[in-house]
Amino acid sequence: MSGTITPVTMPKFGLAMTEGKLAGWSVRPGGTVKAGQEIADIETSKITNGYESPAEGILRRQVAAEGDMLPVGALIGILADESVPDAEIDAFIAKFNEEFSSGEDSAAGEAEPQRKVVEVGNLKISVQESGSDHGGIPVLLIHGFGGDLTNWMLNQPALAEKHRVIAFDLPGHGESTKEVGDGSPVTFAETIGKLMSGLEVDRAHVIGHSLGGAIALELAKAKGDAVASLTLIAPAGLGTDINMAFIDGYIEADRRKTLEPVVQYLVHDKSLVTRAMVENIIRFKRLDGVVKGLKTIAETCFHDGKQVFPLRPVLEAYKGPVQVLWGEDDEILSVSGADGLPASVTVTRYPATGHMPQLEKSSEVNKAVAAFIG
Amino acid sequence: MSKKSFRQAINEALRQEMRRDPRVILMGEDVAGGRGGTSGVKDAWGGVLGVTKGLLTEFGEDRVLDTPITEASYIGAAAGAAATGLRPVAELMFVDFVGCCLDQIMNQAAKFRYMFGGKARTPLVIRAMYGAGFNAAAQHSQALYPLFTHIPGLKVVVPSSPYEAKGLLIEAIRDDDPVIFLENKVMYDDEEEVPDDPYTIPFGEANLTREGDDVTIVAFGRMVKFANEAADRLEKDGISCTVIDPRTTSPLDTGTILDCVTDTGRLVIVDESSPRCNLATDVAALVAEEAFDALKAPIRRVCPPHTPVPFATALESLYVPSTEKIEAAVRSVASYKAKAEA
Repeated sequence: MSGTITPVTMPKFGLAMTEGKLAGWSVRPGGTVKAGQEIADIETSKITNGYESPAEGILRRQVAAEGDMLPVGALIGILADESVPDAEIDAFIAKFNEEFSSGEDSAAGEAEPQRKVVEVGNLKISVQESGSDHGGIPVLLIHGFGGDLTNWMLNQPALAEKHRVIAFDLPGHGESTKEVGDGSPVTFAETIGKLMSGLEVDRAHVIGHSLGGAIALELAKAKGDAVASLTLIAPAGLGTDINMAFIDGYIEADRRKTLEPVVQYLVHDKSLVTRAMVENIIRFKRLDGVVKGLKTIAETCFHDGKQVFPLRPVLEAYKGPVQVLWGEDDEILSVSGADGLPASVTVTRYPATGHMPQLEKSSEVNKAVAAFIG
Repeated sequence: MSKKSFRQAINEALRQEMRRDPRVILMGEDVAGGRGGTSGVKDAWGGVLGVTKGLLTEFGEDRVLDTPITEASYIGAAAGAAATGLRPVAELMFVDFVGCCLDQIMNQAAKFRYMFGGKARTPLVIRAMYGAGFNAAAQHSQALYPLFTHIPGLKVVVPSSPYEAKGLLIEAIRDDDPVIFLENKVMYDDEEEVPDDPYTIPFGEANLTREGDDVTIVAFGRMVKFANEAADRLEKDGISCTVIDPRTTSPLDTGTILDCVTDTGRLVIVDESSPRCNLATDVAALVAEEAFDALKAPIRRVCPPHTPVPFATALESLYVPSTEKIEAAVRSVASYKAKAEA
């Protein structure tokens, strides 16, 4: 490795990211890092996330200072071993920056894929597709209560390398029609079944998070073989407990001060909850019909503070492969929901992780999904 | 979701509320344009700056009413229509023209609920353009929100961006009291992401566009943008600011202002209206009374001089509070040392 200089550049977290702020370094200059070790916290307009080092080495330079806002691809640091002279590093930085500023068009990477509207009965469903199918089976992503398709922002790019990836906003969420019917997982699954037909998707690997996990199970029950596999991330339906302080708080809190502690239930590392994230939720909840829809879902699915729909029998009856991913420190749905599942189910528990492993442990989740669905 | 201008955001708010509720009507001089003329052209103007363009075509002449040039009559008619079951949105064009119809607003619409024992509802919205910077001279450039704020019974909205404008206007139309909705005329082409769906932003809830430790800046309408620009520059020098956009001057979110000043101990207020008896004096009085012990420096106000808005471009641009003036005011309070300490 002697003599190698590895540039550390501003990563692209999610499809929409064009620039990011270096929120903080996790490694001091001169510190040794392993590949995959968290090297810095990067803040975007949507999320703050730990950035993992692309290689092993000594962090010889922090080119970007904490607080710097930089485009995707800009140089933020230099990895090299101690044999590389400072002058060589200086020259590398100068050359990199010169080439980077001259090629600025490509720097921010590809634009975010356009959303499209798919009509399902009376509902308009907002869909965002990425990747292409390569003759394989597409991946369908189902978000949870109060979420939207941007919950998958750190997963779509990785999954899209090999698959056609379909993310969408559930009815009552995001940019889809704010009508939830009775708000039950069965009703959502019916809509998704029709959405698949509308998209001419006969079969899909289905990944569901939280309430989206319960919906995925209902979809598997209704559609059988059309669900090629199930990846359930902290799914509803496998236990009975639910953190109603989160559900009620999410529905009722309408100011940043009151909503922020509620949103913090979602993650283990509370610093991941940014102003922008909370602001986006407040803006979502202001839309006509949203709070009413969320109340209907909560009343139907979490009546009297318990999960109403036991879906373990559905999971046991499903014939395809199933994996369950769960954060050990989940404060919304206890990780105990992963206990006592059939031996055929692959269970992964992530330490120091909350209710959203797909965000908090995105690269591990992406690897787990890639290994599982091929 | 897509980028929309301030103009489009307001047009969309009106359109969506007119679709949702048949009682919502528009009235005003040239809100469509062409009525009564001989050219045969309909919807010629859509408001002098094109804000209501296209609404006549969708909703027809029964709901988009071009009125004669007589503010006293159509503002009075709108107040009466509101009290008897419609939800009119009347456009006063330039807010300066309120001089022609102040009785209808101040003594009639604002007083109905009170004078009729709480039994009357007056869901009236009056939209008007305000502000200098358009080179429209002294009779078309005033920022008169303090005048309305002074009158109990009116709600007063001063939106600071396209996103804010759409949500606050829908809230105004659904409100059962008279609301004065003031649009800064040089902001119509400002753009930002605005949801396609209808949404509401509640009155009396200030928005913190940023949070900092050193100085609180309270700014109204267009001044919010200037305050944020100043705060961006100041941050590079290690001065961190909280910027408060009160959104509505009546009701005023006094709690948020006091909380923030208690945290930072320093206050700058940016108000585009004439400096005597304006919102800056009002907020300064509030903080002097309620948070005196928290203050580490005198309160500073950034306002225009007490003069009619000049027509000459060079003078007009000196008149309006600028990012530079805000920055200087913040620096002065941030570096302030009391005499006893100095």
